[in-house]
Amino acid sequence: MDKKIFDMGPIDIAWCPGCGDYGILNAVKQTMAELEIPPEKVVIVSGIGQAAKLPHYIRSNFFNGLHGRSIPPATGIKATNPDLVVIAESGDGDIYGEGGNHFIHAMRRNPDITVIVHDNMVYGLTKGQASPTSREGFKTPVQVEGVILKPFNPIAVSIANSASFVARASITDIPGTVKILKQAIQHKGFSIVDLFQPCVTFNKLNTYQWFKDNTYYLEDSYDPHNRIEALKRAFEEDKFPLGVFYAEENRKTFEENNMAYEVDKTPLYKRDVDLKKLSNLVESMRVR
Amino acid sequence: MELKDDISIVLCGEAGQGIQTVEKFLTRVLKFDGFNVFATKEYMSRVRGGLNSTEIRVSSKNIKSFVSKTDILVTLKKGSIQHLKDRLSKDTLILGEKANAEDGYPFVELPFTQIATEIGDKIFSNVVAVGSISAILNVDFETIENYLKEFFARKGDEIVNKNIEATRKGYDLGLNLVKTGKIKVSIKKEDAIKNDLIFDGATAIGLGALAGGCNFISSYPMTPSTGILTFLSEHAKEFGIVAEQAEDEISAINMAIGAWYAGSRAMVTTAGGGFALMVEGMSLAGMIESPLVVNLGQRPAPATGLPTRTEQGDLLFALYSGHGEFPKILLAPGTLEDAFYLTQKAFYFADKFQVPVIILSDQYLVDSYYNVKNLGLPKNQPQKFVVETTKDYKRYALSKNGISPRGIPGGEGLVDVDSDEHDESGHITEDLDLRVKMVDKRLKKFDSIKTEIIPPELIGSQKYDTIIVGWGSTYPAIREAVEKMGDESVAFLYFKQVYPLHPDTKKYLQSAKKRIIVENNATSQFGHVVKVETGIDFDVKILKYNGMPFSVEELVSRLKESR
Repeated sequence: MDKKIFDMGPIDIAWCPGCGDYGILNAVKQTMAELEIPPEKVVIVSGIGQAAKLPHYIRSNFFNGLHGRSIPPATGIKATNPDLVVIAESGDGDIYGEGGNHFIHAMRRNPDITVIVHDNMVYGLTKGQASPTSREGFKTPVQVEGVILKPFNPIAVSIANSASFVARASITDIPGTVKILKQAIQHKGFSIVDLFQPCVTFNKLNTYQWFKDNTYYLEDSYDPHNRIEALKRAFEEDKFPLGVFYAEENRKTFEENNMAYEVDKTPLYKRDVDLKKLSNLVESMRVR
Repeated sequence: MELKDDISIVLCGEAGQGIQTVEKFLTRVLKFDGFNVFATKEYMSRVRGGLNSTEIRVSSKNIKSFVSKTDILVTLKKGSIQHLKDRLSKDTLILGEKANAEDGYPFVELPFTQIATEIGDKIFSNVVAVGSISAILNVDFETIENYLKEFFARKGDEIVNKNIEATRKGYDLGLNLVKTGKIKVSIKKEDAIKNDLIFDGATAIGLGALAGGCNFISSYPMTPSTGILTFLSEHAKEFGIVAEQAEDEISAINMAIGAWYAGSRAMVTTAGGGFALMVEGMSLAGMIESPLVVNLGQRPAPATGLPTRTEQGDLLFALYSGHGEFPKILLAPGTLEDAFYLTQKAFYFADKFQVPVIILSDQYLVDSYYNVKNLGLPKNQPQKFVVETTKDYKRYALSKNGISPRGIPGGEGLVDVDSDEHDESGHITEDLDLRVKMVDKRLKKFDSIKTEIIPPELIGSQKYDTIIVGWGSTYPAIREAVEKMGDESVAFLYFKQVYPLHPDTKKYLQSAKKRIIVENNATSQFGHVVKVETGIDFDVKILKYNGMPFSVEELVSRLKESR
């Protein structure tokens, strides 16, 4: 499939020139094309922020909801129509901060969705405050003497909290990112990709070059099925490993586990009410 | 003591003692024996201990409301008498273990526990009590036997027989009270009632949801609304429903909106505090024009308030829920039949007008149950308003009535929705002229909504001088009070849709010389809505906000005072 199928044509894009988001947009289009997923079959769910504007720039179904709330609607959409490919994507502040509770519990639920987090370690749309992944000491107009909170470690949290697919990519390498995104989307179950990207306007510390210098790919011999080993690698922060940290292939998804699909596989949106059963249920209230 | 046509029996004990089992047992047995029965409970927010009570009202007529009078009090724990002293009179027959008696209150000892112990286990003391009450009410013992056989069938003959024996012993105690002239009760039985339905408010809302085509519920447990989540979860497999306990109410409402977007018919159930977390989602539904059904079970607030009590205190909160301006619909059932019908209707309204619909129930409605002849079950599938999309589909195509055909993803077209202001295709915009068009479009839906408002019901004479207005769960008590007063010049106007208001509202109110409003809250919130919408104020506001529902007697007396 030609990735042009996802192009919107001439549109006004709200990202700064040189923003890592352009690379992510490209990588997502490339990934969908390589996986032969047409625009009509995918729903991109986003929250609020510069990252969350991505679905406006790619031909697809989309649900651009509220700040921090991309994962719950994505879960509802997938449960309603398991035939759709559902991607939740937003920024680090959106998914790890405002939406932290959903992030933590969705991975326990294991819906078959892919969560892509644009991680630039700073808030963009609100102009430069610290994000959950900002490094200690990072100075901002609000954190004037530097961030004193420990950075959130999404990879370690996800592995520890039973996410069934955990990966990190960096948009400084688009082909490498596409490779990881493909695996994440193909994974059956909840997949999380923490995706490094530079913010050219508000983060002068974690720049394009910084991400290049401070990341490396997990070695080819690395086995992503060992949870303890994965957790060890997740704690490496002097240089951040990229690649698939952890994957659990045969876990049942939220949809597969759901009573609604136990007997009948028809997606919810196609279903009718069983009026006979309803009548029987009501009638049973005469005798019990 | 002699009682005719109407009796109120109150059972009082501690949480965990099995009062709810007794309530279920007794109400079923009474219905199976042909009695009109109504039961409601008041309970504390705890799992063990404290004092909880259930009122079971049995009458010759079809009346289904709470009364404060207590004809028989069955004490299952010391302290019951003090707990209920305001509802006792010199005529109240107080029954129970000697240990539960109190000085100054005449007491008839019935040794429930002793009998139970003789049979083999203290656990039988509740069924001994049921036996005694059944005898006083003249229930056919065979009805009880049949029920016990059915109810305990799976537990084996021994359990069945022991329960029958315990009930029999209690029954004999009751018969003895009747024979010795301590009490005489005559209440009409009707054969037809034996075949009535019996269920509570939570079940009524759950059944209404099923009839409305609900196939998705995501919620976070919260009293008094958990029963709806439980009901739909119990039937999830049978009816193919996704029933999910979300990590919080924010997630619950966003999941439900996502589910509607993809083609489900989704609802959430919560109470005021949980709804407070959901209001952001209400606003999202308003902006992206998503259908949504919310059951808001009201309880006394602010904050945690009185978790297990009742109130009508969230009407204005529901009305103004969600930042910004967008249409919504508020419904308020007063009976089990209406709880069923309005929940079903909520799905129709939500889907047709692409708006959130809130059902304002409360603890009293949800926890009350009684016998009902029939529910108007749908003969056809619920009407659905989802369209097939084509390549050029635009989710927010500007239309005359503001309602754009709603498609779902998976078809030929793309379905794009945005919480930002958006253009016709759903893409973010800062075009300020388009903003105005989109606001107008969303608000225009009110015009269509207004053509289908459920009218208020007028009870009593058309030629009234005084009109009494009520909404939601106060309906049965107000109705009974008005009928008791028997004043030809008084009528009662019952609202089951509280927003938008039916256009006849003003006419009804203008025809009265005196206007009285009755509400289970402290500030007359519906009175406020009526005043804003019609310009008409009420002369008298009868309000109650101690966490308990209105009793019939209290309403009669307060209505008489205000005449």
